[in-house]
Amino acid sequence: MDWLELFISAGFWAATLRIAAPLIFGTIGELICERAGVLNLGIEGIMTMGAMVGWMWVFQGGSLWGAIMFAAFIGAMFGLLHAVFAVHLGLSQHVSGIGITMLASSLSYFVFRMFLPNSTTPPKITAFQPLEIPYLSKLPFLGEALFSHTAMTYLALAIIPVAIYMLYRTPVGRAVRMAGENPVALEAQGIDVLHIRTGAVMVGSALMAVGGAYLTISAFDAFFFGMINGRGWICVALVIFASWKPGRALFGALLFAGLDAFQVRAQQLAGGIIPYQFFLMLPYILSIAAMVVMSKRMIYPKALLVPFRRGDRI
Amino acid sequence: MATLHIKGVSKQFGSLIANDNISLSVSGGEVVALLGENGAGKTTLMNILFGHYVPDGGSIEIDGKELPHGSTDAAIKAGVGMVHQHFTLAENMTVLDNIMLGTESLYSLTSKVSTARKKLIALAAQYDLEIHPDAIVGKLSVGERQRVEILKVLYRGAKILILDEPTAVLTPDQTSQLFDNLRHMVATGMSVIFISHKLHEIMAISDRVAILRHGKMVGEVVTKDTDKNRLAELMVGHKVTRPKAGKVKSGGPVIQMKNLYLDDILKDINLTVSEKQIVAIAGVAGNGQRELADVLSGTRQWSSGELLIDDQLISTADPREFLAKGFGRIPEDRHHTGTIGEMSVWENLVSENLRQPPLWKFGRIIDFKACRQRAAELVKQFDIRCKSMEVQTRLLSGGNMQKLILARTLSASPKFILASQPVRGLDEGAIAFVHEQLLDARQAGAGILLISEDLDEIFAVADKVAVMYHGQLTEPVEVRKTSISQIGSMMGGDLDAVA
Repeated sequence: MDWLELFISAGFWAATLRIAAPLIFGTIGELICERAGVLNLGIEGIMTMGAMVGWMWVFQGGSLWGAIMFAAFIGAMFGLLHAVFAVHLGLSQHVSGIGITMLASSLSYFVFRMFLPNSTTPPKITAFQPLEIPYLSKLPFLGEALFSHTAMTYLALAIIPVAIYMLYRTPVGRAVRMAGENPVALEAQGIDVLHIRTGAVMVGSALMAVGGAYLTISAFDAFFFGMINGRGWICVALVIFASWKPGRALFGALLFAGLDAFQVRAQQLAGGIIPYQFFLMLPYILSIAAMVVMSKRMIYPKALLVPFRRGDRI
Repeated sequence: MATLHIKGVSKQFGSLIANDNISLSVSGGEVVALLGENGAGKTTLMNILFGHYVPDGGSIEIDGKELPHGSTDAAIKAGVGMVHQHFTLAENMTVLDNIMLGTESLYSLTSKVSTARKKLIALAAQYDLEIHPDAIVGKLSVGERQRVEILKVLYRGAKILILDEPTAVLTPDQTSQLFDNLRHMVATGMSVIFISHKLHEIMAISDRVAILRHGKMVGEVVTKDTDKNRLAELMVGHKVTRPKAGKVKSGGPVIQMKNLYLDDILKDINLTVSEKQIVAIAGVAGNGQRELADVLSGTRQWSSGELLIDDQLISTADPREFLAKGFGRIPEDRHHTGTIGEMSVWENLVSENLRQPPLWKFGRIIDFKACRQRAAELVKQFDIRCKSMEVQTRLLSGGNMQKLILARTLSASPKFILASQPVRGLDEGAIAFVHEQLLDARQAGAGILLISEDLDEIFAVADKVAVMYHGQLTEPVEVRKTSISQIGSMMGGDLDAVA
């Protein structure tokens, strides 16, 4: 296999999509929070929590789709916790978010150990299986690259247009965007800013948790420690890279995932001449470079990080 | 037609009584002006009416029905619409997005954009408020944004329109356009509450004037039975005379700008300010005044052209160098660039002169005792009212904060003073104080550049006036050889209005 072959192999593109899926959930989730004016640094912990509860649901005998719902519900609850601190009490969004991450990650590991105190090798479940889409999956190249994924991967791709529609075409989406731009304007039109922000943070956090669950019930079939491994932080960066636009978030997630899929294969190709750590570093280095380029034309939500307090002197 | 009764409304913020038992009635088809100085409680009262604040006591009735406290939603439904002093628009959303916000159920999965667009266009035509529904608000001029605000309120079916200092950002031409629109609306039976402290505007537009002072209603008069002086007295509580600029013979040039450019914001600026001279720059905000002020403060590097102080060429923007060479500055935003709010009064007072003895000891050490002593002198000399020099500067009132900045700037005896909007938001007493100080500094030999949007201020203190429009500056003319109306139309872009 040489370098050119790498890019035209269907396996490479299929891997890109698999790596991108959890990032898409997380990035859209973070994007919804930030569009409403709330930075959610709880994402790393909420994804860990989602990975654990999703897996645990199935391990305890629940269905795979039930696991997604349960992960979303638990994610929304952590979102509510963040909203209480960062929205209702108007405390530092950074501090609350980091706190949620520490709490949720530790709690996930703790609960996992509570249920399985003695296991040394993580037990496995039956995860989502690839769907062979009739006819389409038989296509050469495209069949393997695009049409042989799990249902949850398609769900990730489906939430992008849904998010775009909700944000730009519905009254509630308009209100969410306004909450991040100028909450006073929202208040002046008789809409409760705190409700909108709380709702956005809960929905966003639910998506993050589903992104975490993707790892344990679709990409792999087990939960283990350090599983999220910074994916949450990548999502936070991708939101900025996407300039807070869902369509661009998809592009960013695919770009990062492509780089990641590339580096794994490049390690093998380089055959020990270049230390493998160099390849591990590649996606991050290139992400930073891309962000530097993109951020010049960045339009960020004006009220991001700005707490809103009713009845304050305006 | 709607009638509004505000009955005995009170509101307290901490120890400050913002509204003390205020009653006011407004009926359909009239313009009631709410007059008062900054901090008199006008905006607070209207924010209570609109449901932003919950009053401590009193009640509000519209058409005989009591309005629940603290609900903007209820106020909007009862027909109250408010155009806020600071626009409540999202800049990177469209006009239509801004207007439709809150008009549809949040649980609806669709938004009837095309119906709303039609309704908006019809409404705009009806009230002669031309606007493009799909324009991004951030790209609109200030006058257009205000139109969006008014349309937003009309779209919700408002019968009582509250306008909070609506003319603060408008040119004289835009103001008269606004007044035409308001008359049009009132003729259809709407009522308008017009908040202002500009007397000539109140005389021009209102039917009745209610005057607030220190949170109390001190009078209600019919506009046609009163005059500006009487209103001013009611507003301030005593007679106020603003200082008059006497004639002073100016000396040689202090500051010269020659063909100065800044990116594409400032274009070919040529200006000379001489000793013992106040040159004013008039213009609507956003035409490059702020950038010019940045250049003259040494905080922004200009792209090309020459800047000279005392015939000495300056090549790089360096705030400390500028101070050392004799620049003084009164920044436009006294809260953020003029002072450091979290630091104490004395720290702010000495902050610009730290490097001089006796404040600066052994070459590198600040002598706190000397600093406090210097600060104490300045507090006394400039009558800065604060509980102690140790309090945080952000706790000072606007007037006292401006006195602090004046004290700091003038105590260094600068050769040149840049005064950006030095009296914005101040009450009459403080305005008189600031003007007196500037005139004294002129008498002592300083050259002063006054940037202002308030033509009354310019005509009261300046010797010469130039107009800034789209980054260009006109040739300064003697104030006594021009008129407010002439400068006003130049501010609107008619640069040939000069006779």
